[in-house]
Amino acid sequence: MSLNKQHEIHTRRFSRNLGVGVVLGAFIAIIFGLTIVKVSRGDYEPARPPAATEATQ
Amino acid sequence: MSDASINSPDFSGRGFDGEAQFGDFFALLKPRVMTLVVFTAAVGLFASPVHVHPFVAFCAILFIAVGGGASGALNMWWDADIDAVMKRTARRPIPSGKVTEQEALGIGLALSGFSVVFLGLASNWFAAGLLAFTIFFYVVVYTMWLKRWTPQNIVIGGAAGAFPPMIGWAVATGGISIESVLMFCLTFMWTPPHFWALALFIRKDYDHAGVPMLTVTHGRRSARNHILVYTLLLAALALATAFTSVGGPIYLAVAIVLNTLFVKGAYDIWRRDEDMSETDNFLTEKKFFKLSLLYLFAHFGAILIEAILTRMGMGGWS
Repeated sequence: MSLNKQHEIHTRRFSRNLGVGVVLGAFIAIIFGLTIVKVSRGDYEPARPPAATEATQ
Repeated sequence: MSDASINSPDFSGRGFDGEAQFGDFFALLKPRVMTLVVFTAAVGLFASPVHVHPFVAFCAILFIAVGGGASGALNMWWDADIDAVMKRTARRPIPSGKVTEQEALGIGLALSGFSVVFLGLASNWFAAGLLAFTIFFYVVVYTMWLKRWTPQNIVIGGAAGAFPPMIGWAVATGGISIESVLMFCLTFMWTPPHFWALALFIRKDYDHAGVPMLTVTHGRRSARNHILVYTLLLAALALATAFTSVGGPIYLAVAIVLNTLFVKGAYDIWRRDEDMSETDNFLTEKKFFKLSLLYLFAHFGAILIEAILTRMGMGGWS
């Protein structure tokens, strides 16, 4: 059996596979975007001890 | 394949022998209902006094929409038997045989979990909890429990559709306030007259399915009375919203015009009897139904305009 042979199921499921691919790509983009937003606004920075906070004021 | 699946009732009709495409699975999420969910959730989010990063707002609305879609898929899974006998719903993915019930259940459950967890991670866990409650309320309380049991099914089901602006507000503020409750009430009170008007002119569908719609259990005269009463209560509520922090002169103008038309429409429906409606093929009821679609979009649209103007220092009553 040739590896290049296009099986009938590939044509039949093209739309479904394309849709799932686009959704997964969009999911990665969303998670990446959310990570950038949350890290850049300091959501995940460790809480400063009170003394350090006072010293900076 | 197990015996259980072989012997389970087949609501598909097997009129479709091809391959389900991506669009068929997407149709499980009830895209038209999702537009209402997206719009009202977005208004709830933008009308709040707290600024949300645009990308977080986009993701939050997306996850709320996915949650709404998931509950739609679970609704189609449970209601496959009655969808097959109603003309309006017979072409949905399960009754048309494109998607199996098990696939709809799997997609519904997976997307429910996904949307709640990711809304919590993107915004806050209060909003995520509210979304989880909305999905539970729509699927378990409305679809599984009350829809086939009480003629007040539409009233209770309306609550599920009314939660998105509250979730949007909760994404921004992390809580509930009088404004978000009023936005909830607006959709909640709007739903019964909207659906009872529909039930008046597609009556055969609900009769065949055996769903206890008010028109079937208490008669069509009772449905006409209920439409008028709910419309009057809705008008009072919609006008009261104008004097809260999400309202303003633009919202008040929209509310006055549309509520006048809506109350007039409900009064016309109330005045008519079945003979009059049959004569013109339910023209007044159909007009009222179309107006109800504009009604909700215009009210939430006006709240959105007030919110935008407020950010520019011009909106509201100040």
